[in-house]
Amino acid sequence: MIVEADTIGFNSISLDNGATLAPIEVAYETYGELNAAKSNAILVLHAFSGDAHAAGISHETGKPGWWDNMIGPGKAFDTNKYFVICTNVLGGCRGTTGPASIDPKTGCPYAMSFPVITVGDMVRAQKMLIDSLGIERLLAVSGGSMGGMQALEWAVAFPDSVVAAIPIATTTRHSAQQIAFNEVGRQAIMADPDWNEGNYYGKNPPARGLAVARMVGHITYMSDDSMREKFGRRLRDKETFSFGFDVDFEVESYLRYRGSQFVGRFDANSYLYITKAMDYFDLTSGRGTLNAALERTRARFLVISFSSDWLYPSYQSQEMVRALRSRNCDVAYVELQSNYGHDSFLVDVAEQTNLVRGFLASTFEKVR
Amino acid sequence: MKEQDFVSEQLGRSDYAIIGEIVEPGSKVLDLGCGEGELLQWLAVKKGVDARGVEISGAKVQRAIARGVSVFQCDMDEGLSDFPDGTFDYVILSQTLQETLRPRDVLREMLRVGRRAIVAFPNFGHWRVRASMLRRGRAPRTKLFPYEWYESPNIHFLTVDDFEDLAAKDGLKIERRYFLSGERKVTVLPNLFAEVAVYLVTR
Repeated sequence: MIVEADTIGFNSISLDNGATLAPIEVAYETYGELNAAKSNAILVLHAFSGDAHAAGISHETGKPGWWDNMIGPGKAFDTNKYFVICTNVLGGCRGTTGPASIDPKTGCPYAMSFPVITVGDMVRAQKMLIDSLGIERLLAVSGGSMGGMQALEWAVAFPDSVVAAIPIATTTRHSAQQIAFNEVGRQAIMADPDWNEGNYYGKNPPARGLAVARMVGHITYMSDDSMREKFGRRLRDKETFSFGFDVDFEVESYLRYRGSQFVGRFDANSYLYITKAMDYFDLTSGRGTLNAALERTRARFLVISFSSDWLYPSYQSQEMVRALRSRNCDVAYVELQSNYGHDSFLVDVAEQTNLVRGFLASTFEKVR
Repeated sequence: MKEQDFVSEQLGRSDYAIIGEIVEPGSKVLDLGCGEGELLQWLAVKKGVDARGVEISGAKVQRAIARGVSVFQCDMDEGLSDFPDGTFDYVILSQTLQETLRPRDVLREMLRVGRRAIVAFPNFGHWRVRASMLRRGRAPRTKLFPYEWYESPNIHFLTVDDFEDLAAKDGLKIERRYFLSGERKVTVLPNLFAEVAVYLVTR
């Protein structure tokens, strides 16, 4: 399945910080066919570094989508049955308006003059796209990590537009530990002289800072077990220590590779803005308690966490499930056993597939 | 499909047939220790109930969700506390009361979150259990209680009469009672002849 990204423009969007961003563009891809009743649409939401290319092979890059193992004919999000949509988030750098976009007022990239955005802003931009596609109600919203935050925000902010929500490996609010890791990433970028207060467009980007940020990120996405299994203490292309500071260990080589690879595809300022949006994420903010926040949602929920995910630990999902239960929401929850840490929702998908498939089928049955 | 077909072909559990009879169509049901959600799925499809379940085993929860039943993984001894009062029309506890840590609390919680409780349990007073104990002088092992004592999940054995006593003591109203031996209903001396008892209880 070869897919191409589309882009749609909107005149303006009002942001949580009080500012208005105008105009904006939203990049998106779709898979499958929207049925006549427009009742089979599913919005899939990407995690921190993802993009609109969730499934199929990109016409542009030749690469598979970030959730290609979950979306497609016969897969969990079965494109023979459902119409699946994925957008790049506001503040991103993969087709949707973000800090690297041109500010029409100045003719230059926004850089740090880009307004600080929130997960709520991302979701409102997505709602504009869904409206423009003529879809009143989404059969499901689903994503892992930051994608799960957006799914939760959708269910709470647009209760009439969401039949079911599948938040995976996520939280209702960022914890001190999650904020802390993001802050390390941001500081790495801002400490790089090439960052230049965000004004590096057309010059050298803060490649070293961004790579270090990504290295930290990758550590938090894995588990002690998965790192031991994947790298152990194995040395890279050598029999003995180099007694220097070049790469000795496989794990060092891997992190350096991941870091440098990331620089080619991600904008450092987007890193700052999107991690900030995650840190600000708190479903209760402006809504009192979690129970109060969930008061209006009528969605059915499937909540999934992973045993080895220490970045978004199961207790955060369980907290969410308890609140949903006390609101008498229809909620299914399971902690899946996996060694892959936070990355599990992307790589260890066999059991997740069965859950999502069954849950969607019974949800679709109810709306038909 | 008639309840009896359901028993023999689908589940092979006679208490499920009784529960299927009791539950009113379109009601709201919570099944505690729902396993893979077979009963809930059946109730949802055949009786149009709003079906929810609690189960501690992750593998079973997975299979229940995969068949479209809303089940969450949780310990039953604490899993009910989040539900508001009177959330459900029925709370079902099928063959699990004897496995709970604090059965009396579980019953109380069931009748807090639900208007009615359906409780099915294996009768420890059945004559085979008594005979096994008398003859062997060991913790009984029968068809209903097949485990070695050190492997048994059953930690609070009870008989039909024990349940009646507790119901009287805690002021629970017994609306209906069914006694089963295999798939047959038992009418005389249930404490001696019932293998499984099913009670419909209210406050």
